[in-house]
Amino acid sequence: MSDLDDLYQEIILDHNKSPRNRRKLEQADHTAEGYNPLCGDHVNVFINVENGVVKEVTFEGSGCAISTASASLMTEELKGKTLDEAKVLFKRFHGMITGEDRESSEEAGLGKLEVFSGVCRYPARVKCATLAWHTVRAALDSGGESVTTE
Amino acid sequence: MTTTAPQYSEPPVGTDAEAIDVHAIRADFPILRQTVNGKPLIYMDNTATTQKPQAVIDALSDFYATRNANVHRGVHHLSVQATQAYEQARLKVRDFLGASRVEEIVYVRGTTEAINLVAQTYGRANIHAGDEVVISTMEHHSNIVPWQILCQQQGATLRVVPINDAGEFLFDEYEKLLGPRTKLVAVTHVSNAMGTVNPVERIIQRAHACGARVLIDGAQAVPHMKVDVRALDCDFYAFSGHKVFGPTGVGVLYGKFDVLDAMPPYQSGGDMIQTVSFEKTTYNDLPARFEAGTPNIAASIGLGAAIDYVTAIGLDRIARYERGLLHYTTEALSRIPEVRMIGTAADKASVVSFVVDGVHPHDVGTILDSEFGIAVRAGHHCAMPLMKRFNVPATVRASMAFYNTREEIDALAGAVKRVVEVFG
Repeated sequence: MSDLDDLYQEIILDHNKSPRNRRKLEQADHTAEGYNPLCGDHVNVFINVENGVVKEVTFEGSGCAISTASASLMTEELKGKTLDEAKVLFKRFHGMITGEDRESSEEAGLGKLEVFSGVCRYPARVKCATLAWHTVRAALDSGGESVTTE
Repeated sequence: MTTTAPQYSEPPVGTDAEAIDVHAIRADFPILRQTVNGKPLIYMDNTATTQKPQAVIDALSDFYATRNANVHRGVHHLSVQATQAYEQARLKVRDFLGASRVEEIVYVRGTTEAINLVAQTYGRANIHAGDEVVISTMEHHSNIVPWQILCQQQGATLRVVPINDAGEFLFDEYEKLLGPRTKLVAVTHVSNAMGTVNPVERIIQRAHACGARVLIDGAQAVPHMKVDVRALDCDFYAFSGHKVFGPTGVGVLYGKFDVLDAMPPYQSGGDMIQTVSFEKTTYNDLPARFEAGTPNIAASIGLGAAIDYVTAIGLDRIARYERGLLHYTTEALSRIPEVRMIGTAADKASVVSFVVDGVHPHDVGTILDSEFGIAVRAGHHCAMPLMKRFNVPATVRASMAFYNTREEIDALAGAVKRVVEVFG
């Protein structure tokens, strides 16, 4: 497998072409906007939380394949997680992408999210993969603000 | 990758593929010998910065190895040597731009600093509430933001000349914007994002006819064409050393002597003064008045070496060769149905900006780099208003210098086809 196939795995190409949960969530109780000024990637996330569990999470936005697929897969993975589980997932995902926490991330059971493990070899693309996650964290932490990856 | 040269339409007049011996030229650039991701480096990001010939690298190391001292200070041997080399490089810049006096050549850090200098000295002294500054839609952020700040400080208004769908400056609209309130026109000579060559001579004439001064951002012009500031009759001309095969950290502000001489200082400190007392300081003559503090001596000398290098090849030959590259690239990429060109002006430098249907420019850039060793820029090119004009978040930009070859362009076209396949 070449480096490229490693980065643009089928599942990433698929989620880029047909993003899941890409829609506005009316009456979301947590929202935030994320922006990557370097790429122009732009994402809005919408979250409904019930009894400490992510009931629904959607996104809107435009960006490169990595950022779109990351947002799409993120929404699938976060749904049904408790807020604490979501935080742990963010931390592990971030560790894997930045290559800071390889060992634990390999055993973290990141499931489908492991398709992004190749990103750590592309430092210029790390922000693309983490934008949606940073935005979700901002939404959950404050209930709505704008974040940038800078 | 294409193995046989494709047949393209007849190149335009003034094109000459044999104008330079590109393989001999490439041997002068050590960085071009390396591989990237296992592929020979194909460097097509010359608009961002150019590579350096051995002569420039040698000038830097030779300065530090044999002549390093501060300039304009001290009577010792090394200081005299350093000063001579530094001032000799300034003479080269004067001749390179066709300026009449060496005092008109001010060393700065780069084009950005040159524009900021003019905005904060000439601008603050001469542009007041109700006045207008005219720029164009295709400006680099560094020729937008300094004027925005100036206009906010002074209560002046920024007016923007629109462009057409080909990325060309709309001269009629420009004329409509000019008036008695216009105090300064700041326009790029060559668009960094699209390669459009602007009709700066006419732009300058027209501005002067209504009494406005003109600054030309020449950062992307000097690597591609002969510039003559006297023939242009511009009041200011700015460029960066690193975009013309010289080192980073040095650039040039040319200003007409009388205009520069009437300007208040920019930064203050050593070297820009004649006498200092606690009661009163008198400022130095041009150009030292605008060169406070120890300058980038080595880079200035390196810039002199870069000017020698391109002058020896000849900018007319470079222009003829690059016109051929531009034509070849445009033909090669236009044959890919998914490619849309951004910037199709009749007069262009060898800069090709494009988008690929359904693929974000950053994904294109990553694949070109990791699979093919091709360095292009993918982004907004510090020209966000221009991206908005074309309704794209970013573009892929391949910018060629005289060391690029047709084989490299074949590789680029092959790589873009591969991108289309991957995302198909």
